[in-house]
Amino acid sequence: MFDFLGNPDYDVLGAFWVTVQLTLYSAAGSLVWGTLLAGMRVSPVPLMRGFATGYVNVVRNIPLTVVIVACSLGLNQTLQITLGGQTFKEIGFRLAVLGLVAYTGTFVCEALRSGINTVPVGQAEAARALGLGFFQVLTLVVLPQAFRSVVAPLANILIALTKNTTVAAAISVAEAAALMKDMTENESDALFAVFAVFAFGFVVLTLPVGLLLGWVGRRVAVKR
Amino acid sequence: MKLRTAGTATAAALVLSLAVTACGKGGGDEGSADGAKKIAIGIKYDQPGLGLKEPDGSFSGFDVDVATYVAKELGYKAGDIEWKQTPSAERENMIANGDVRFIVASYSITDERKQKVDFAGPYLLAHQDLLVRADDRSITKAADLNSKKLCSVTGSTSAQNIRRDLAPKADLQQNGGYSECLTGLENKAVDALTTDDSILAGYAAQKEHRGKFRLVGLKLSDENYGIGLKKGDTELKGKINTALKKMVSDGSWQKAVTANFGPAHYKNEPAPAVAD
Repeated sequence: MFDFLGNPDYDVLGAFWVTVQLTLYSAAGSLVWGTLLAGMRVSPVPLMRGFATGYVNVVRNIPLTVVIVACSLGLNQTLQITLGGQTFKEIGFRLAVLGLVAYTGTFVCEALRSGINTVPVGQAEAARALGLGFFQVLTLVVLPQAFRSVVAPLANILIALTKNTTVAAAISVAEAAALMKDMTENESDALFAVFAVFAFGFVVLTLPVGLLLGWVGRRVAVKR
Repeated sequence: MKLRTAGTATAAALVLSLAVTACGKGGGDEGSADGAKKIAIGIKYDQPGLGLKEPDGSFSGFDVDVATYVAKELGYKAGDIEWKQTPSAERENMIANGDVRFIVASYSITDERKQKVDFAGPYLLAHQDLLVRADDRSITKAADLNSKKLCSVTGSTSAQNIRRDLAPKADLQQNGGYSECLTGLENKAVDALTTDDSILAGYAAQKEHRGKFRLVGLKLSDENYGIGLKKGDTELKGKINTALKKMVSDGSWQKAVTANFGPAHYKNEPAPAVAD
């Protein structure tokens, strides 16, 4: 039943490795972008606040497939933006990371904002009274505490991101879902086995992440 | 969570992942019993020229015409047909579960598929081919492809043929659908769109694309389209084969080909001999 796994045409581990790379780059990017967005949303400058609020509410409500395909059709095929990639494989990978960062950043921003709300107002007021500016209050006092309280929600977002990378199959990234499509086309006598292999692969990727970050979250949480 | 519970959770997740993939079964059984008034037929909804759901809810294309003709021969009027969408990954299961009586959906006859379903026909011989911009004459043989930018659909047989045999060095873009490739082809981001010529002809014949693209006519592979039905149902298979033979001999087959692929200057193969 699982004998298709021996076919040298199917590089299952290679495909999942691309999934892992896609996840890691996108996770790093969306953590940075999400933090910036959260900073803007709580900033005293109305223009930045307005931009971040508008961006988050627009982008998080667009289906991810539309975001990713728009990156390929709009940015690459129509505007000829390649992000430095030479082949469709490279271009697709970079565009997919761009799309995933743009999308996942909104969720990171909102998780972080809820973390900021757990920091008592007195902390920021005390920091202000010491003469710290907005940027210092945010980076030295508020954000470090906020991050510690949102590890678990961020783990949720990371798990969702891992599975969302499958959408990149739509723009020629050779990750797990693309290989699964190859297999469903050829191995129609073992479809359930094919699905089971990939479902299992994703559980193997996400389950340890959830358990590990859940433990980390409990360790670093600010006891109040 | 303790380590022991983590182990249990891993096992539970494994079992669950198997269970989830296995539970696509069940669902309606209507139309599977003989003598029922309605007949459920599986087609594609998104392939112009073969099977396409029009904005007004009607269906058009060569597969649809063949299915309608066969249903008529089986004793069902056009109004008795219940069209169902059958995406590539679900075709075998929808037949096995009786969701559809048979499937006419650019379904190539392959050995792997024969393990799960029986095929009547073939009713069309298609070839993998290339669609290029109408003024582009730079591709004349398969070897030219290695230096070209190609586009096809993720996981399709055509895309795999290119990657493995025909042109491993070609820069192949794999998209979710053929219409996305057409955008790139029009904007010169890709040089050719590759899949079965019947599908390409359908796109080239669409009103908004007429005159922009042309088929190269390379015949890179042979795809025999068959009508998929439940394994072991020889009675239905025989009836469909008889219907297909009649469709070819009374000229309806050629008429359907001309009506659906004609505007693309698609030189179709003669009707394939129906196997018994």
